[in-house]
Amino acid sequence: MAAKAQAEQAEKADQGDQAQAGEGVKITARGVNVWYGENHAIRDVNVDIDDKTVTAFIGPSGCGKSTFLRCLNRMNDTIEICRVEGRIEMDGQDIYAPEVDPVLLRARVGMVFQKPNPFPKSIYENVAYGPRIHGLAKNRAELDGIVEKSLRRAALWDEVKDRLSAPGTGLSGGQQQRLCIARAIATSPEVLLMDEPASALDPIATAQIEELIDELRAKFAVVIVTHSMQQAARVSQKTAFFHLGELVEYGETGQIFTNPRDPRTESYITGRIG
Amino acid sequence: MGAKLFLAVLALAAFAYVVARARASRAAGGAGAARFHSRPGQHGLYAALLVLISGWGLLFAAGLSSDILIEHLLESEILRLAPGLGAIERALVISDAEALATGAVSSSDDALRQQIAASFARWRFWQVWGLSALVLGAASFALLLALARIRPDFRARNRAERILRRGLGVMALIAVLTTIGIVLSLVFETFSFFANIGWRIDKFLFGTNWTPLSGVMEGRLDPDRVGALPLFAGTFLITLIAMLVAVPVGLFAAIYLSDFASPRTRAIVKPMLEILAGIPTVVYGFFAALTVAPLLREWGAALGLSVASESALAAGVVMGIMIIPFISSLSDDVINAVPQALRDGSYGLGATRAETVRFVVLPAALPGIVSAMLLGMSRAIGETMIVVMAAGQGANFTFNPLEAVTTVTVQIVMLITGDTEASTAAGPAFALGFTLFCITLLMNFAAQRIVSRFREAYD
Repeated sequence: MAAKAQAEQAEKADQGDQAQAGEGVKITARGVNVWYGENHAIRDVNVDIDDKTVTAFIGPSGCGKSTFLRCLNRMNDTIEICRVEGRIEMDGQDIYAPEVDPVLLRARVGMVFQKPNPFPKSIYENVAYGPRIHGLAKNRAELDGIVEKSLRRAALWDEVKDRLSAPGTGLSGGQQQRLCIARAIATSPEVLLMDEPASALDPIATAQIEELIDELRAKFAVVIVTHSMQQAARVSQKTAFFHLGELVEYGETGQIFTNPRDPRTESYITGRIG
Repeated sequence: MGAKLFLAVLALAAFAYVVARARASRAAGGAGAARFHSRPGQHGLYAALLVLISGWGLLFAAGLSSDILIEHLLESEILRLAPGLGAIERALVISDAEALATGAVSSSDDALRQQIAASFARWRFWQVWGLSALVLGAASFALLLALARIRPDFRARNRAERILRRGLGVMALIAVLTTIGIVLSLVFETFSFFANIGWRIDKFLFGTNWTPLSGVMEGRLDPDRVGALPLFAGTFLITLIAMLVAVPVGLFAAIYLSDFASPRTRAIVKPMLEILAGIPTVVYGFFAALTVAPLLREWGAALGLSVASESALAAGVVMGIMIIPFISSLSDDVINAVPQALRDGSYGLGATRAETVRFVVLPAALPGIVSAMLLGMSRAIGETMIVVMAAGQGANFTFNPLEAVTTVTVQIVMLITGDTEASTAAGPAFALGFTLFCITLLMNFAAQRIVSRFREAYD
């Protein structure tokens, strides 16, 4: 009951936020090109990602949607042969500028991966990891508060509150993924990147994650990569269709799925390419 | 003769393979032929295996028993001709007779030896022909049997696989039995040593006076002189120094290679480290004795310390260098086994490389690292050449790394290479060896337990 009431509260807050913040642009990408060695993976992509909105990247396998997602928090920096060109701004600041520390950027742009990857630590330690390394909590009580809030927001608190010291790897797949979401939001990021967060999960766990994503929209700009068009249609407000490294079409989700402008988008959506 | 028969059977087996396969494929290919259960090659394999087993098996069994029989016949003949000869002399006569019969040089050639040589030649003639006939006959029979069995419903594959499976089992059994044999001989000799010192195991384990052979050439040992505690202390001291050198260097090298080095650096540095592992320990030994020990002595003198020319420190440091590649490559393996997904998860939360290594990678790899250390340690404990050359020989009960100490392995070497009666010197050596074996066994066992727990961590 408490959880439901809370969810309703969050919804109200969500509407309030939307009314206040509108749907300002959070991330702007201009002329982004990515190479993996000789392979030109992303070709001249321009996109504006709105705040407090779920943006879905769809497209066939290998179309570059995950690669582009990983540009947004500079995870591609960890790959030796990867080269990124172009300009990506967050709140008007170039995130590839030399004075930007990718480590600090990643605290502001959280990421959830395709396969749940909880650390082999306790549930509590998993969530406390980010706040600890960034020194977000002054004392244990504050840290406890962050952990509880993050777990609640990831809709996992009620399932794990009695066993916070149990290993995170012992949870079910869906719970592990929600733990990873809780872990990501514990550092209070502004943007949440999700790389096919439900592709390794069963339908019930997927539904829970999708519901959660919808709730997370109240606080964050959410960018989700998915290979499931149904999922994109269900959870997102904006959709970008990638094909062979190009951003083919970007717009309101409803418009992309009902009235695509580009013939390639239509072919993909109707199942003729992919 | 044995080798020729052995090769003949092998040739026959190859022939059996070809013939059986050809026959099976002809039979299977014929019009209206029933469908064969096994493929032609499997029939061939079965025929070849059957030939090999019957041929080699009979060669081994009959060859051995006929050798024993001939020996027995010759002995009884010697006894009849010269009743007064002792067992050792009889054996000597037989070996001389064999030499005479085969045209080699013998110690003497009296009438007895000539006569025995003649009988030997006669028996040997019969043995050669009998054995050849028996072995080749059995192998040919096996070949014919296998050929006769080539029928559509004959399960040659299953039969051949069963034979191969048993062959593999026999090989595994040989390895296991050898191990058991070695352990049993260790245990047996250790027991007889303890019996020799009147079961004063406490004196052996906790006594501090180790001069087991002084004044003893043969027979009873003095329990007061076999106190191995200085040896254990020396081994412990040197192992400790070696681990103090090897663990930090090896572990940090592994961390650097797996998480910080660029692929190019890694491609250069890792093989270099492995080269370190390829240096023979005897080279490390004289490196320690001729280079490191004098250096330490000089430094010690400069600091006003007296360092013995053979010191635990020199041996320990060099032993540590020897173990570095061992620890670094094992640690590198377990660190690399930590899934990239965990690292990505940590980077994705805004952790630096160092934080990721410290808080995610190392805790996840810790059990494997600990087991790498234990394995490195059991190598250090068992290492011999370095300590023989650089640590000293006197059983000096001290924990001062600047003094000469001795280790369990050094004392075993001294005992076995000394000029005391082997049966007397072997006792303490076996007891020491057994102790060493128990310690390393325990450590390997612990390492394996830890590793097996580690494997479950990501599932």
